[in-house]
Amino acid sequence: MTLDDIITSLFPDGHEVRSDKGVLLGSATLRSGDSMLVLGVADRTALGVDEALRLSGHVLRSIGRDSGPILVLVDSDSQRMSKRDELLGLNEFLAHLAKVLIHADMNGRPTIGLLYGHSAAGALLATGLATRVLVGLPGADPAVMDLPSMAKVTKLSMEALEEKAKSTPVFAPGLSNLAQMGAVHMIWSNTTSLADQLEALLADMPAARDGRDTLGKVRGGRLKAAEIAERVRDLALQAR
Amino acid sequence: MTAPLKDITPAERARSTSFYEASARTRLELLLDAGSFVEFIGPEQREVSPHLKIFDLPEQFDDGIVVGHGRLDGAQVFVAAQEGRFMGGAFGEVHGAKLTGLLRAARQIGSIPVLILFDTGGVRLQEANAGELAIAEIMRAVMEARSSGVKVIGLIGGRSGCYGGGGLIAGCCSALAVSEPGRIAVSGPEVIETNRGVEEFDSRDRALVWRTMGGKHRRLLGAADVFAADNVQDFREAALELLGLVGPLGLERLKAEQERLADRLRRYGACEDAVDIWTAEGIVHAETVPELPADQFIALADRIGRTSRDAR
Repeated sequence: MTLDDIITSLFPDGHEVRSDKGVLLGSATLRSGDSMLVLGVADRTALGVDEALRLSGHVLRSIGRDSGPILVLVDSDSQRMSKRDELLGLNEFLAHLAKVLIHADMNGRPTIGLLYGHSAAGALLATGLATRVLVGLPGADPAVMDLPSMAKVTKLSMEALEEKAKSTPVFAPGLSNLAQMGAVHMIWSNTTSLADQLEALLADMPAARDGRDTLGKVRGGRLKAAEIAERVRDLALQAR
Repeated sequence: MTAPLKDITPAERARSTSFYEASARTRLELLLDAGSFVEFIGPEQREVSPHLKIFDLPEQFDDGIVVGHGRLDGAQVFVAAQEGRFMGGAFGEVHGAKLTGLLRAARQIGSIPVLILFDTGGVRLQEANAGELAIAEIMRAVMEARSSGVKVIGLIGGRSGCYGGGGLIAGCCSALAVSEPGRIAVSGPEVIETNRGVEEFDSRDRALVWRTMGGKHRRLLGAADVFAADNVQDFREAALELLGLVGPLGLERLKAEQERLADRLRRYGACEDAVDIWTAEGIVHAETVPELPADQFIALADRIGRTSRDAR
């Protein structure tokens, strides 16, 4: 599905979402008549300091002015890898975008991420992984790290890595692997109305509490994370 | 003549111990009040990564992070210290979950601060998906803790620096202290060079790496509020100073951060090099900044450098 197809299927009642150099900003009308703030990264654009600041500004301007949920569309490259971005403190800009999204989610503006293309590394952390519910569309191809780069670092052949990837979801790229980890909550169908699926999700949003480690355990992708976090939490509470 | 060990006070020992060279455990021992540290899920419990054996890699019994509680000038604090000498301090499933659990407890209690001693290259590639998600969970947990009034302070001065997702977590903290060798960035020098070519970034040019990502630049830019000399006592004093300064997180702070970062792009967005930024900040002979000893640099930074106070 192209971005236009996706937005049309999500918002048959109309939208004002514009793409400018890969940065998506706007809002749309839900079936209920309520408004949904929309932002995102399109066309596999790298997320650098300029893009991140425009996205966080869009959310901050909306807080206090509007109400309703927030949608983050994601088809990005990795973070922009450049001297200029690092010189200016890219880590702060990406963290700021994530912080603004998390703050909004915790304060009455539930956030949904929709991963419909690529994304990786810092760009994924600052967008989709900073939302309450991350949804994947079939065909999305997120990769924390691509296999050729992994081959270089681990000094293993591509064949060896591909073989290992069959038995574990923990390192290999792909939507289903991230779903098994608990990072992607659900995968929507692209053959039925996205508006129907969005409406169903909004009617049954999970609590704001982060349950991704439990989800990863139930799905068999991360067997230890939830238990270790729980044990440390209990020990720390007792130490008070 | 060196004095017998028993005559050296803990503060003197901390003062003479390089933060950069010390292990995670030594850093915690000397950072906190003597003998006060208690670990949660220590190495004797052998909670190792379940994934490294897939790659025939050795495990470490603490998975490269030490978490627990102790006292700082008598007051209780939660602490987490990454071990940069194990897999570059990278975030894996168990490693990350220990920090997440600590932050969730801090949120529930609301009044005990958290100190994070970063020393990390970012996501552990052999468990990239689990590590990436662990970082996302930590960022969320930092924000939830801060929103409940918890102060989360990052200390950055280890040999692996604070890269990748570690840089994003650092950006979520209430405040940071950094030393000269503490580097903060998302993409590491080798990653930029591999992806964009040596013309974009020469990773072997160490002076370029330090002035683009190192502690002095981050302090002058306002990314870190306190600059520490490379010893554990200085970091202890920096942590105490920051704990006295930072306030609770709210919408106003995020709006102020938006303005702070926008202002940075307006002022320095066209600069080609850190020296150009320092010159634009009003530093005379900016090219000499990398050579300045810590005390002279701190005096300069306090006079000219920006801060992120109330705007992060």
